Parts: sequence; structure tokens; C-alpha cells
Amino acid sequence: MGSTTGPRGARVELSGWGWRHSGRTAHALRGVDLTVEPGERILLLGASGAGKSTLLHALAGLTGPDGAIAGDQEGTLLVDGAPADRRRGAVGLVGQDPETQLVMARAGDDVAFGPENLGVAPELIWPRVDAALAAVGFPYGRSHPTGALSGGEKQRLALAGALAMRPRLLLLDEPTANLDPEGAAHVRGVLSTLLMETEATLVLVEHRVADVVDLVDRVVVLEPGGGVAADGPPGPVFTEHGAALAAQGVWIPGADPAPAVPVAPGGPVLAEAAGVAARTPREPGVRAAPPRTVLSDVDLAVAAGTATALTGPNGAGKSTLLMMLAGLTRPHRGVVLPRGPLAGADRRPLCRWPARRLARHVGTVFQHAEDQFVTGTVRDELLFAPLRAGAARAEAEGWVGELLERLRLTALADMHPYTLSGGEKRRLSVATALSSGPLHAPDVLVLDEPTFGQDTRTWRELVELLGALRAEGRAVVMATHDEPLLRSLADVRVRVAGGRTEACGDGTERAGPRPERDGG
Amino acid sequence: MLTLEVPRGGARHWLAARNPAAKLLAALVLGLGLVPAVDAVTGGVVLAVVLASVPFSGIDRRTLLVLGGPFVLMGLSSGLVNYLYGEHGAEGAVGAAVRLLAIALPGLLAAAGSDPTEMSDGLVQRLRVPERPAMAVLAALRLIPLLVAQWRTVTLARRARGLAAGYDPIRGVDLFFGRLFALLVRAIRAGTLMATAMDARGFGTGPRTWARTSRWAGADTLLIAGACCVLAVAYTVSVRLGTLVLLFS
Repeated sequence: MGSTTGPRGARVELSGWGWRHSGRTAHALRGVDLTVEPGERILLLGASGAGKSTLLHALAGLTGPDGAIAGDQEGTLLVDGAPADRRRGAVGLVGQDPETQLVMARAGDDVAFGPENLGVAPELIWPRVDAALAAVGFPYGRSHPTGALSGGEKQRLALAGALAMRPRLLLLDEPTANLDPEGAAHVRGVLSTLLMETEATLVLVEHRVADVVDLVDRVVVLEPGGGVAADGPPGPVFTEHGAALAAQGVWIPGADPAPAVPVAPGGPVLAEAAGVAARTPREPGVRAAPPRTVLSDVDLAVAAGTATALTGPNGAGKSTLLMMLAGLTRPHRGVVLPRGPLAGADRRPLCRWPARRLARHVGTVFQHAEDQFVTGTVRDELLFAPLRAGAARAEAEGWVGELLERLRLTALADMHPYTLSGGEKRRLSVATALSSGPLHAPDVLVLDEPTFGQDTRTWRELVELLGALRAEGRAVVMATHDEPLLRSLADVRVRVAGGRTEACGDGTERAGPRPERDGG
Repeated sequence: MLTLEVPRGGARHWLAARNPAAKLLAALVLGLGLVPAVDAVTGGVVLAVVLASVPFSGIDRRTLLVLGGPFVLMGLSSGLVNYLYGEHGAEGAVGAAVRLLAIALPGLLAAAGSDPTEMSDGLVQRLRVPERPAMAVLAALRLIPLLVAQWRTVTLARRARGLAAGYDPIRGVDLFFGRLFALLVRAIRAGTLMATAMDARGFGTGPRTWARTSRWAGADTLLIAGACCVLAVAYTVSVRLGTLVLLFS
């Protein structure tokens, strides 16, 4: 141990293994039989809710009697012939959220955290830290503040933190899910060089299979609430089970969903940002950096019957621009004005509209669906806006029933919004934005990463819904990294980078509908 | 970002270079030592010495104003209340104000003039504070900027749903608690994720080692001895001048 070649991979054996989270009646997984030989690279697949993350956490030893995750286990799960145990340091786990992976304020301290916990002698820790930082191509020194890193850099640092523990079993839970395409590509690049050098066993969970299929030599498909549905090399598994997996909503290479989207009708400009500049809000803390300018002098027109997509790296100001277009925040300089038909409702800048009027005409879907829930049941959530707008109860019930049906939420109408699954929450958050007009959807629909983390079924429903709204003449504005979404829906692509925006065409043969100016 | 960098100076920031645990102990000595004395002179001597040490603490003016402002206000209001309702008139009022500042300021210098990571190293390694709470506080510091950003988003989301209090205070309170609940949900989620990440890195599984050694120099012992001396001098001066007033006397 401690040699430069790295430790030998761990062997993993599960037989009849199952897990039930405490407080649940159904098992997340049951009857899993799986053997992973040392050094194998495995991709875990399955529909959302199939227990992929649960299995990773169990392999990391987080589900034991003294683990962080409580529940009941059945069958056996062995890592190198013994129950998974965090102490032996056999295992390194990297999760998907860059914000909550890092513990310490300085990069070097954070990487040292794992070895410290394992009781590694202090004089051996710093060489390990330096080696791990070099392995992931971390561009800064040990004392670089972790709060100042981009998402991709944070994930590389989290990977270094796992590597410094010298794991024989490396577990990666959607390590690139929250990153922009550049950051994700960089992390994948680091992974592929790393995997050539290390002999560690790898178990990877990834949503977008096409991106990582070259990194693995075996694919294991989990059945929701059950065991292993398919197991083998990527090629045969996809040929044999590809269709079934795709039907369950799994993203399969070469089987991207093909949503039926009507042609964009185009229309007059509804909202226009003129000379808009934005700064980061004041950060807490006594030695916090002063506000930084993220956008300077941006002009953007949003037209009816058109889907406008904002792209660009994380932190470039896409969400900031989106919030200003939605009338939720006030630009530091410049103004976002309603145009054409929208100016008929109120001629003032959008950020000065009363909240009720704004919600009626501009719907916003936030990146995290929970943020926008304000009531206790799914039905109340959708009734909320029409009733406040003064619609009669019966009329509102009718409209809500239609929305519930359209977004497959009818069976969940009496549930608490927070208890829904990720895909259900996303559909509900879109539905709340659509319910905001009393009897019609809002004129402008603003969405922040609407398809993030969704399986193909929800993805397809969302795209078709947005396409239908566009065909009705609504303006759709979205910030997204999702290439399939851009391909199927974006009429106008605007890249936000370096504080400015640049139009970058629509990527299809259609030149994109030229918004007609309407002087109003 | 909650920047945790503290300027590390040589002679210029003599205090900044001291072990945070020593600074905390010195502040504790001064603070506890001043509890029995309620007159202006004893507290005044300590306050004067502490104020004189501010330039060596490495804390910039803005930080000092932001953090010290509330304490100055507290001192002034405590002085005012004592002046209006106290039994010792103006003298007692000044004493109360000075005493409060003299007790608070050393702690403020120790906390704001130290790097949180070094502070936790010092507490765990030098003062034998249990490491679980020390590490938990460090991790919680990392969550503060996340929660602030979250609060902002939740506020925007309420406006997007058409919720605004306008000029109705009752509605405002109602909305505030709604936002607080949404923030709580997200805070629990973030806290759970971070705890999982810490657990996955073997935290709390057994004896730890420390990559960073919290060094204790002669100057650190000197700092604590100095604090004791300052206290002794303050009491001596006060007794000599005949101004010493003890609590419950």
C-alpha cells in the first residue's frame, strides 16, 4: 500500500440484498444478486426511483447501523468479503451536488479531511493531498478558498478528496449532473485518465448514458423495487434491453426521445431588456468580496410564439438575466420593459409590476421546484393562482382538473408537494406557472433548467407541453445546458458569457423567426 | 462568499499570528475578570489596552465597524438605561457602558481576527474541545452563503407566484413564515447532503489525525500572561484611585 501504482481494486458481492428506507413500506431494492470483480468498471442504470443512489450509499457503508441513512437491510452486501465499513477506507464516494461535497474552507484542507478521518499519519497526508490534486488537474494551490471555485472545479476537488483516501472502490453518483457542458467534459476527461492509472473498482451512476459509456466495461440495470434486470457489456445490454429501458425513461445512447413539437408561429416582441446590467448580490460575511458585475449592457428581445434559449457556462449570469426578464429582480442599470400586447396590461418596467399582475402574465419555473410551492396539497397549489385572481371556484376547479390530467398529476392531487418525486415536482412546478393566469397560461413563460435531471418520459412531456404553449403564441424563455432540448425547441439561442450576450443561431436549418417589432 | 482568509502579518499583526486558542483564552480572562467590577475606571483601563491592540489584530477598519457597531450601540443603550433608571447616576451609566465594551471587544478581536479553520484546530488540539462539534461548526460556516442565496431565491419565487405583502403587516408576517419554512426544507436537505459527504469521507469512525498542527509558541503564553497583567493593573489603578465598585457591594 502507499505505492504510486495505487491500491488493488475491491471485490463486491451482493446476494439477495435489499433495502427499505425507514418510514417506507416498499423496498427501494430487493433481491439484488451481483458480483463485481476487482478492477471492473460498472455503470448502474435504472428508471428514476430504481434505487441506484441507495445501492451506492450502501456500498459506501453509509447505511449500516451507525450510518447516516436509516432503514432495514436484508441479504448480504460484502466489500472484500466483509460488510461495507467506512473505517477501512476502502471506499471513496463522490455525489452530484458540488455545493455540499466540500467541508473545509481551503482546498488542501478539504482534500486532507478524508485521510485525517482515517487516522493517516500527518507527515503522509500532505504528499497524498498533493498527488490527489495533481491527479484531478486542480489548477490552484492548497490554500485556494473552496468557496471561490466553479462547479466543475468543486467536483474535481471532491474527486481529489475521495482519491486521497486511496479507495479500492470508487463510487460516483452522477458526478457531472450539475455541471455545464465544459465543466462536465473536463471532469469526464479527468476520470478517463484517472481510470487508466488506477486499479480501483468503479461503480458509476449517470443519467445521460451516452457521455460515460466509454468509461465502463459493464452495465448493470436495476429494476425499481426489485433486483438486477440486466447485466453485461454495454453493447449487448443496450441491444437487448435498450427498448425496455428507453420505455422506462432511461436515457439510452442512440434512442433520444423524439417529441412531437408543432412549428413555432413567431409573433410580436413581448418583453425587451435594454442596456441591462446586473451585479452579484452582497455576500454575507465581514470580509466578503464586493459585488461583482455579471452582466453589462445586455439587450435582448423575447418574442411571442418563439422559444428563446439562454446558454453559456455556469455563473455567467443566465439565471440572473432570466430573473430580470421575469420581472422578479431589478437590473442594476437598464430596464426590462413590456412590449406589444404585454404593454397593454401595464406599461411600467416589469420589475415594478405588482406581484399579482406579474404572476398572471409572466410564469416562472425555478430550477429547484420546491422553491415555488406555497400550499399543502398539489390541488391547492394549482387552485392558488386562479382563486386569487378572482375566478369562480367551479371554473377554477375545471381548469385545474384539466392541468392535473395534462401533466399526469391527477392521482397525486391530495399529496403534499414536498413528498412528490423529482419528476413529479418538476411537472407540478411547471403546472403552477401555467395555472397563474385565471383561465389561460401566462403570456411569457420563463424556465430555469426545466429538464434538469429528468428521465426521458418527463423530458418528453415537458418539451411537448412547451411546444404546444409556443404554438399558442406564448413566449418561452429558458436557461439550459440540455443539448437535446435545445435541438428540439430552441428558435433563438443566446449565449451568455463574459458579461455579454451573443446570438448564436438556432442550430437548425430554420433561421429562427425574426421577431416583428410592435411599437405598441 | 464568506471569505475566511485572515491577513498573516509579522510584527505588524502580532495578534493575528497568535494561536486562536490563546486569543480566546486571553479574551476569556479579561471578560470573566471584569465581571465583578462595575466602575468606569477598571473597565476603562482594560478597554484602553484592548483598543490599543486593535492595530495589531490584522482586522481591517470595515470589519471592525460592521462587527463592533452593534456592541457600541449596546454599550450606549445600556449606559442610557442606567443613566435614566440606575441608582448610580452618570458615573454608574458610564461604568456600565465601558464594562460592556471592555468585556465584548476582546472576544470580538479573538473571533474576527482568527481563521476559523485555525480556530477549530486550536480548540481541538490545544484546548481539547471535542472534535465533532468543532468540525460541525466549520462545516456549518460553509453552508451560510448557500442559505443566504437560498433565501433570495425563495423570496423571488413568492413574487413569481403572485405573493406580495404590499403594505399589510399581518400578511407580511404570514409570508415571512412561509419563506422560512421553504428555507428550512432546503437547509435540512443541504445539511443532510453535507453530513453524507462527511460520513463518506470517514468522519466520526474512530481516532483522527491532524494534517495541520496547531502551534503554541512562547508568545501565546505571553499573551495570556499579558491579559492577566492588564487585569491586575486595572484593579490596582482602580483601588488606588478609590473608584473600585464591586458587583453586589
